[in-house]
Amino acid sequence: MSEQHTSEQPKSEHLMSDAPGRFGRFGGRYVPEALIPALEQLDEVRQKAMVDPDFQAELDHLHKTYTGRPSIITEVPRFAAHAGGARVILKREDLNHTGSHKINNVLGQALLTRRMGKRRIIAETGAGQHGVATATAAALMGLDCTVYMGKVDTERQALNVARMKILGAEVIPVEHGSATLKDAINEALRDWVTNVHDTHYCIGTVTGPHPFPEMVRDFHKIIGIEARQQVLELTGRLPDAVIACVGGGSNAMGIFHRFIEDEGVRLIGVEAGGEGVESGRHAARFASAEPGVLHGAMSYLMQDDDGQTLESHSVSAGLDYPSVGPEHSHLKDIGRAEYRYATDEETMEAFRLLCRTEGIIPALESSHALAGALDVGRELGPDGLILVNLSGRGDKDMHTAAAWFGLIDAQGEGTV
Amino acid sequence: MTPATAVGSAAVFETCREEGRAALVGYLPVGFPDVATSIRAMVTLVENGCDIVEIGIPYSDPVIDGPAIQRAASAALAGGTRVEDVFAAARAVRDAGAVPLVMTYWNLVLRRGVDRFADDLAAAGGGGLITPDLIPDEAGDWIAASDRTGLDRVFLVAPSSTPERLATVTGACRGFVYAASTMGVTGVRSSVGTAADELVERTRAATDLPVCVGLGVSTGEQAAQVGSFADGVIVGSALVTTLLDVEPEAGLARLAEVTRELAAGVRESKR
Ligand SMILES: Cc1ncc(COP(=O)(O)O)c(C=O)c1O
Repeated sequence: MSEQHTSEQPKSEHLMSDAPGRFGRFGGRYVPEALIPALEQLDEVRQKAMVDPDFQAELDHLHKTYTGRPSIITEVPRFAAHAGGARVILKREDLNHTGSHKINNVLGQALLTRRMGKRRIIAETGAGQHGVATATAAALMGLDCTVYMGKVDTERQALNVARMKILGAEVIPVEHGSATLKDAINEALRDWVTNVHDTHYCIGTVTGPHPFPEMVRDFHKIIGIEARQQVLELTGRLPDAVIACVGGGSNAMGIFHRFIEDEGVRLIGVEAGGEGVESGRHAARFASAEPGVLHGAMSYLMQDDDGQTLESHSVSAGLDYPSVGPEHSHLKDIGRAEYRYATDEETMEAFRLLCRTEGIIPALESSHALAGALDVGRELGPDGLILVNLSGRGDKDMHTAAAWFGLIDAQGEGTV
Repeated sequence: MTPATAVGSAAVFETCREEGRAALVGYLPVGFPDVATSIRAMVTLVENGCDIVEIGIPYSDPVIDGPAIQRAASAALAGGTRVEDVFAAARAVRDAGAVPLVMTYWNLVLRRGVDRFADDLAAAGGGGLITPDLIPDEAGDWIAASDRTGLDRVFLVAPSSTPERLATVTGACRGFVYAASTMGVTGVRSSVGTAADELVERTRAATDLPVCVGLGVSTGEQAAQVGSFADGVIVGSALVTTLLDVEPEAGLARLAEVTRELAAGVRESKR
């Protein structure tokens, strides 16, 4: 590539997109023709919105007065003592309204839904955080809302199902296939193709057909923009590593994006290692998979020899997905980001450690990033500086955690 | 390199035009209830009046399929059906005297390799591919492979398609154009709706290729109605349903009966 950067385009955009909707060889639009006009409309409307001061002001206002942005950063020295003594700083997306980063994207897409004149919004959800965020935005903006959720996930995230219903959303459990996130997406796509005239599909992560991966990343990149400045103000320097968990990859893209041009900053995504990659029961796509197409995009995909999707596994519903956002696949291919995984066990230990050392109960998804930080901190040693995206809070995971650590007996009663 | 030897569906539409009727296109997934019975079922379609058999490959994530086809596909996969099985099915349909077209989600082709898939299909007597989740914009490799092998290349148009999209999609098709007449997933519908008629008309404005209508047809009457304005009538869920929840022999008998009714329907559709 030449040294000239004469265009208005920032360098990182230039690096990322070879063709519209492509990140290197990944991304694209592998969907039924029936959806193409809706994707084209969405692309046009969001491109206009991104440069429209009124839209930006509206979103900014919601961030400040509704979500609670900017989210703070918190340095966690007692936790960091277990991470080789490196400094560890958390970006507190768990403090956002509704309890995770998901709200950033949802408010943006809900505003776009209104701009497109649609009255209904649908979503898939794994952990339930995206479903809750979508139900919240729908209540706020007077939209009808339907959320698809795998039957298995409705059971392990029962509290979030109740939250969505209280907020006025219809929650449809999906029993087909593995009854988890990927099957919820299948069902949401079926709904969308049927009702696309008045319905927007608010995809909850940086996957799906163009323009979703780019659009969802753009609604989340505020995380990295804020965090970069906050870390500079606190420490006077850039972190050595930025670490985030990667399900579809939205919280990771959100915090990574602003750092892509900072060459000295390692970008580290942590996938769900489940019961270990050897066991086959995991969601460590980058450790095991090859490129393929699922849900509209070309990306790394857990699949068998025939191309049938394999079932993923994770203790955290939000990371239990056999593919990953295409931009991550590209960042991996070009070597700009590294991907590791944390097993269920390592994750639960990191979860407990943050609770006990800092009084912060993290989401199990985010606990994967914490487990990654413990390892990376030990590698970097006391001079290291690590920024971790704490993507969500762990209230929704109390049932899983209580069962894991034996805090409740079979009757659901507390034990000592 | 395989020379361009595949025989697509063009001759079928010529014959039908001479006979003044629409073609009958029947869909069944390979492997349901098992591979051998599914192949017998496809031959049953041919013996009872189907001109073209659309052979579905079961897929783990069938996003454009409704409940009937989802159930059949899940059962086929659970029973161990492999992508490989589609080639034996294509051979059987060709030997029975109809044109076999494979309907498949794209990742199954990608995984095998687009060129290898095309070569294997052509070698098995297959006539082409129908690709419900591949748009021409993403189909560079497949367009080259189908040009090389002579396989039909059937993309879909929908009621939501703009004139620009109709031009792009039909321009990339070979054989015929698949008009998915309702917005939604596969499944039986009580009425076919006016959207089909209108979509066929708009599609004809963009291309001279035959236009076949699918999604929702289940009765001889509907087949006759659709056949009066389309070049082909595509029937899927109504055929699959005959094989759900019954003993194979009873299912095949019912399938033959339904196919005859549909075949009579397209023959009434004097055009
Ligand atoms: C708190 C939290 N973090 C992370 C994720 C994973 O999603 P992503 O990889 O898109 O950030 C989820 C998904 O449900 C979540 O709830």
